[in-house]
Amino acid sequence: MPAWLPRFVRPRVLKEQGIVGMNARNSRYIAAWNARRFYPRVDDKLQTKQLALDAGLSVPDLYGVVRTHRQIRDVRRQLRDYEDGFVIKPAHGAAGDGILVIEGWRGDRPRRAGGRAMELSELDDHISNVLSGMYSLGGRPDVAMIEQRVRFSSVFDAVSHRGVPDIRTVVYRGYPVMAMMRLPTQDSDGKANLHQGAVGTGIDLGSGRTIGGVRYNKPCREHPDSEQSIVGLQIPGWEQLMELAAGCFELSQLGYLGVDVVIDADRGPLILELNARPGLAIQIANGEGLDHRITAVDAHMVARETEPSAERARWAAEIFARPDATRPAKLDSEPAADAEPA
Amino acid sequence: MKRFHLPILIVLLSAVGLGVFAYKVSALGMPLQPDATAETWQVEARVRYQPTGGAGTVELRIPHRLPNFSILDEGFVSRGYGLNTVTQAEDRLAQWTTRQPRGEQVLYYRATLYRDGNDRSESEYPGPVAVPDWTEPFRSAAEALIDDVRGRSSDIQSFASVLVNDLANAAPSSNAAVFIESDDNRARRTETLIELLATARIPARQVTALQLVDGRRDIEPQTWLEVHNTRRWVPIDPETGEIEYPSDVAVWSHGDAPLLEVTNGENAEVRFAVSRGVQDALATIQRFGDTLDTRILDFSTLNLPLGTQNTYRVLLMVPLGAMIIVFLRNVVGVQTFGTFMPVLIALSFRETQLLAGIILFTLIVSLGLAVRFYLEHLRLLLVPRLAAVVSVVIMLMLGISVLSHQLGLERALALSLFPMVILAMTIERMSVVWEEHGPADAITQGIGSLVVAAAAYGLMANRQLEHLLFVFPELLLVLLAVTLLIGRYTGYRLTELFRFGRIQDAMRRPD
Repeated sequence: MPAWLPRFVRPRVLKEQGIVGMNARNSRYIAAWNARRFYPRVDDKLQTKQLALDAGLSVPDLYGVVRTHRQIRDVRRQLRDYEDGFVIKPAHGAAGDGILVIEGWRGDRPRRAGGRAMELSELDDHISNVLSGMYSLGGRPDVAMIEQRVRFSSVFDAVSHRGVPDIRTVVYRGYPVMAMMRLPTQDSDGKANLHQGAVGTGIDLGSGRTIGGVRYNKPCREHPDSEQSIVGLQIPGWEQLMELAAGCFELSQLGYLGVDVVIDADRGPLILELNARPGLAIQIANGEGLDHRITAVDAHMVARETEPSAERARWAAEIFARPDATRPAKLDSEPAADAEPA
Repeated sequence: MKRFHLPILIVLLSAVGLGVFAYKVSALGMPLQPDATAETWQVEARVRYQPTGGAGTVELRIPHRLPNFSILDEGFVSRGYGLNTVTQAEDRLAQWTTRQPRGEQVLYYRATLYRDGNDRSESEYPGPVAVPDWTEPFRSAAEALIDDVRGRSSDIQSFASVLVNDLANAAPSSNAAVFIESDDNRARRTETLIELLATARIPARQVTALQLVDGRRDIEPQTWLEVHNTRRWVPIDPETGEIEYPSDVAVWSHGDAPLLEVTNGENAEVRFAVSRGVQDALATIQRFGDTLDTRILDFSTLNLPLGTQNTYRVLLMVPLGAMIIVFLRNVVGVQTFGTFMPVLIALSFRETQLLAGIILFTLIVSLGLAVRFYLEHLRLLLVPRLAAVVSVVIMLMLGISVLSHQLGLERALALSLFPMVILAMTIERMSVVWEEHGPADAITQGIGSLVVAAAAYGLMANRQLEHLLFVFPELLLVLLAVTLLIGRYTGYRLTELFRFGRIQDAMRRPD
């Protein structure tokens, strides 16, 4: 069958694979486990950060908050102190909109990620736009957060084009069930958006190694720009990351949660943001459906007291481990013992 | 219990909706087709007489409740007469009175009849009747005939039928021939039959009926025989023995009392004229509903003022469009801008027609997008930017209208009915998607919205569906039930079968 032809799969096959569709996600997970009153905890990034700090979870440091246009000038003076740069982001921004990354200063002018220097007035404009709600849902007035610029671990430099690779973990009732790393490419213009051509790669929860992923819905084992293998990459601080993700359940109280984490070179995994409606692309990146894992969590939860997050992370790492899938690509051609059954 | 809550609700809603619908269709005969017409009959009874001096009183028997027709409308034309109608047994009596009639008098009674099928409702059994006093040789002939007929029939109805046939085909020397007179006619025959049936103690009665023939001016009232079979009165043709009235025969009055009685008058006669009319079925049904004891039609949409009716004709289609959206989004998985924006677009397509609508919509949205991208450079705040887009959209609409009017394209004038705020929001959302997810996504969603709008329009502009929902608004309950049902659908969307189909090669096979 030619590759461009749409390929149809029978619902029964998807069901066997445990693939979760939109309708099932909305009614069985989101409607059932995510009480609406807890949404502000994740939709408002300032609140998320505060809750995370209270809970002792690692987040990028908060340098300041701009709430009114009048504060912009005062803040600007203060920003000069941050030699290593900073990030300005709207508290209610969606999908990474309105995030301005400043790497440092060139004289009096802030230097953007990518090296371009900008005028101070542009910085003011950006904050002003954030405050007027340009990036928030429904255009409601917003506040601008100024926080530490994450210095990304160099582990992934070879497999990410310009942008920032982030790690999305889906946490179900406090148990991490699936994770993927999103690697920006030239096509995706440095954005970690699978839709635009970023590579999504699944992660073995047991070891924190990448499984090999999907790009434009096709299997992919090398980064398209650098041609480096994306299979078997070890994510630093994986155990810590799993605990961090599991711990987000307590602070958000959401039973079906997406946790976005970046790896800081010095501080290790940091929570970037939480998502009350994590999408289903994670199944594509992992080549596996969510349903079986969620059923396993439900079975585990029957008649059990709530476990501490470290306990939950350990259980998930053990149960959902997939060591078979993390071998580098070349091993696949050998007739290995764990060859996939036909 | 909680598990069954929704299924029970769904069943209940559909049962009520379909039940009322079925009742209105079958019992009230409300039309399923938008341009259904109903046959009505105008029957005119014309009374003529010459007064002989003194106060004149005219008594005409008129129908009260016909077994197979309903009276939609009636009227009396009688200048200078006082009119009074009294119910008498199963009929009514129209009594005209005047003090000093002069010259030939003509009075009219007109009724519009609507056929509503044979009434088989039961009536009380009057009990066995007394045997008439026959004189010989009739007594022996009657008894012999009765015995003979009884041997060849099974029940009252077949008895009467066989008896009628025996009289109709009487051999010259048979017992039946005794009862056939030389100046035999339907009325005579009916009287004879009633007497013979009484010999068998069967209650029977005479009925005056009219055969409805379009355009006839002098219709002779026919006499029919009705036999009570202990449950109801069964009509029998006294000449052929056929059971039940043909569809073109309307019962006028019951019993053997004369149709017309005139005091202080002579040469009195009543003549019947019939003409057929075709009326809008809905109007007929409505008037028919007035004659029934049902309250359902009082609460129908048909009783609203005309302007309101037209509004509701459109509004009642919105739930249908919304259901299409639900289906296309949750079962098929089409992506659209704004949840119900396509329904509103579809509503405006009703005015512009589909092709013109799609062209105009595409035109405005693309021009609007261009302007929106320009506004992006001006770094405006959100609300002022939206307001600017609305103004630009309206100016674009005006420009297109003026231009197309100059070009003689009148259809494009309906453009003014486009919901401009919705258009502005669409442009805004589309530009956001364009920037965040790229032009491909924005255009896909734009086309998706248009396809959904066109599909919704296809259904919402359907006259048949519009008629059904307007005349039977209870069907909305069924729509509601279907919507609730889809609301619980947790299966895959059609597009997901393709989305996950493409990555089947990458799927880990279950161990």
